[in-house]
Amino acid sequence: MVCIRGVYSHAMSIGHTLLGLLESGPRHGYDLKRAFDEKFGHDRPLHYGQVYSTMSRLLKNGLVEVDGIEPGGGPERKRYAITEAGITDVQRWLATPEKPEPYLQSTLYTKVVLALLTHRDAADILDTQRSEHLRMMRILTDRKRKGDLADQLICDHALFHLEADLRWLELTAARLGKLAEVVTR
Amino acid sequence: MTPPPAGSLLVATDLRKAYGPTTALDGAGFSIHPGEVVAVMGPSGSGKSTLLHCLAGIVPPDSGSITYNGREMATMNDAQRSALRRSDFGFVFQFGQLVPELTCVENVALPLRLNGVSRKEAERTALSWMARLEVDDLARKRPGEVSGGQGQRVAVARALVTGPRVLFADEPTGALDSLNGERVMELLTEAARSTNAAVVLVTHEARVAAYSDREIVVRDGKSRDMERVI
Repeated sequence: MVCIRGVYSHAMSIGHTLLGLLESGPRHGYDLKRAFDEKFGHDRPLHYGQVYSTMSRLLKNGLVEVDGIEPGGGPERKRYAITEAGITDVQRWLATPEKPEPYLQSTLYTKVVLALLTHRDAADILDTQRSEHLRMMRILTDRKRKGDLADQLICDHALFHLEADLRWLELTAARLGKLAEVVTR
Repeated sequence: MTPPPAGSLLVATDLRKAYGPTTALDGAGFSIHPGEVVAVMGPSGSGKSTLLHCLAGIVPPDSGSITYNGREMATMNDAQRSALRRSDFGFVFQFGQLVPELTCVENVALPLRLNGVSRKEAERTALSWMARLEVDDLARKRPGEVSGGQGQRVAVARALVTGPRVLFADEPTGALDSLNGERVMELLTEAARSTNAAVVLVTHEARVAAYSDREIVVRDGKSRDMERVI
């Protein structure tokens, strides 16, 4: 499984990812960490502390609930289940396009994988993101048209980066079937 | 199905088209206003060129409706559709559209000549369009003597010379480098907007689509209007 080094913790929501992983069924904190590392964090695994602090926050916000506690006590014994509010929160996150910016692929990749895992329409996420990128590209193209050479060169730089994102996005869209086979295996 | 916005010039609903066992369009829709530039995006083989050909009356859909200016295109015969294409539609394609034996100005004047305009008047109008597209200095050259970018601007001038209400552009910059492609798009969209022509722009390039007002995405023969989704 692919992992994008060094970007994850800054650019994306661990909470949403853990919530998404819970949609397929209740899990212990340890299982959640293992599923996360396997799918998204091969060379940058989550610390246990991150998992439990995130789960505490999600619990406090009513997005997960404790489904059962195994004898022995300790946070690692709790089994968490996603609530209806949690499912709504994941849905909202997946449906909201990301602000076009560098190193976006890791977040988009996570959203696409989670959509496939939870049987949502992953193509929908990519379409919405393409539209958001194009919106930004129209603004830059317009600025370029009205600006001087310096504006044009600066806008060109941003446009080429956005275009690279979009190429990745189109390629991912073309490979959704294959990706679905891999992630749900 | 969501009704098309009021004031649309060209509207298609539930278009279906198959070539033998291959489905090209599977319920696609489209609408465009006068003066609007709409990008049609999608991967190769998604059906976007078939959609353009149906909208332009070049290929009849198997089913579905296309209305132009309030008139159902299926009710027109071939001659009426041809007349409509000559009078109201303009076309720019990726390759090979100029007649190599004619000079550039004769190429641009050709649609007017086919509509019965005198040579002198047709070439005068053609030259004014060539000036807008910044290629009037190439008037007496033949297509083989000009660059790809220049030739494409000549083709855009020819597409606009009759004052079409809809310009169909299928990958108009597909054979050009970034700088030439950009200039063609700037001039094409400026010229179309100045005459309030609608532009149906088929492209797989995001930088080209960024010259549009909105985009629709075609995938597996189905279309999605992103403006109405967001």
